[in-house]
Amino acid sequence: MSTEPVMRYTLDITEDISVERRNFTQGIAALAGLTLAPGVFLYCAAEAKPDDQAVSSQQRWGMLVNTNNCQEDCDACVSACNEENGLWSLGRPATDAQWIRKLNVKDRQTGHVTSMPMMCQHCEHPPCVDVCPTGASFRRVDGIVLVNKHTCIGCRYCMMACPYKARSFIHEPLQDQLPHSPRGKGCVESCTLCVHKVDRGDNNTACAEACAKEGHQALLFGDLNDPESEISKRLEQFGGTQIRADLGLNTGVRYQGI
Amino acid sequence: MACSVLLSGAVSGGPEDIPPPKGVYSEDTLCVEPVEVMRRQHFDYILDHRDRTVVEGIRTKQYSLIGCIDCHITPNAQGEYARYSQDTHFCASCHLFTAVNIDCFQCHADRPEEAIRKAQEPDVKAQQSVPELHETLQFSTITFDR
Repeated sequence: MSTEPVMRYTLDITEDISVERRNFTQGIAALAGLTLAPGVFLYCAAEAKPDDQAVSSQQRWGMLVNTNNCQEDCDACVSACNEENGLWSLGRPATDAQWIRKLNVKDRQTGHVTSMPMMCQHCEHPPCVDVCPTGASFRRVDGIVLVNKHTCIGCRYCMMACPYKARSFIHEPLQDQLPHSPRGKGCVESCTLCVHKVDRGDNNTACAEACAKEGHQALLFGDLNDPESEISKRLEQFGGTQIRADLGLNTGVRYQGI
Repeated sequence: MACSVLLSGAVSGGPEDIPPPKGVYSEDTLCVEPVEVMRRQHFDYILDHRDRTVVEGIRTKQYSLIGCIDCHITPNAQGEYARYSQDTHFCASCHLFTAVNIDCFQCHADRPEEAIRKAQEPDVKAQQSVPELHETLQFSTITFDR
């Protein structure tokens, strides 16, 4: 009997990441080539889907973070997330839910400080989904990684598995949750990529809206599968780094300037 | 019987302390389904709808819990919205009587968004004497003397 202690998600490490990324870029380039006539593309810009239609894998929602635009002393994205999703503080920061947080990383050699938000990276191969014993942690077909709180038993295995420490556990009874953001004691939760906004066709997240309002334009939300989307164009032109790309998770959140 | 009295009362303006719903769903029915069907099967509709919404992203309004709350939980004469911990809350009025213990509202909003946003305003929050949730969730602490 084999007792090889290999966790499922680590298998992807064997993949050649650079090849995978090249395929990803080539895929986008190939899609961009599917023209019917000059200027007419098979892929259309994302529109609000009808309410009765299920989400589709034609989209893959993602985010591009330009750390060069991200300001060290600004946390507009965090405040906007809290406000949008009703993450009222209970006055105990150690256990308050945190869907997005700001990181300032200083290079000791040069003294350069890189500021960036960190949140659920909406992986294509999410470790949280691999380890979830109930299937509560799941990846929606449009690429958004979510917790189905109806099935979550609060075991916190996903929190241990997530390389980005993106998830929070709710330790106490909550009050005044917002209708579009149900959350409660005993469940794990994390960034939903503002799934309620995506589903109603806003085509943006609260954090990205707040960042743009501040004039920083460090966050760009969009459809990674649509070669005509701003995010795809920018990624094709300038590339985007995955944090912990070595894990081969193919994150939906990409960073520039790190 | 008492349950249907309560519910029909709530729907057609019975006990004064349960504010009536915002309106009627369609020309044919008061609610999203005939009232008799809703009394017996509302939980089936909600259960089915919740999985479609969470997993598939289907956001139709007919069986959405937000839709139920938006229509049924309306302010009373004083402009106050009932909470699920109160027997004047549309859902609680019947659940308490029938000793049904649900946990929907441990996570889901028991009032429309405008009521919750209002409750978060600092001056309103300071005046509120909302009991701690862990108290209100214990049904034994609620007196129901109807």
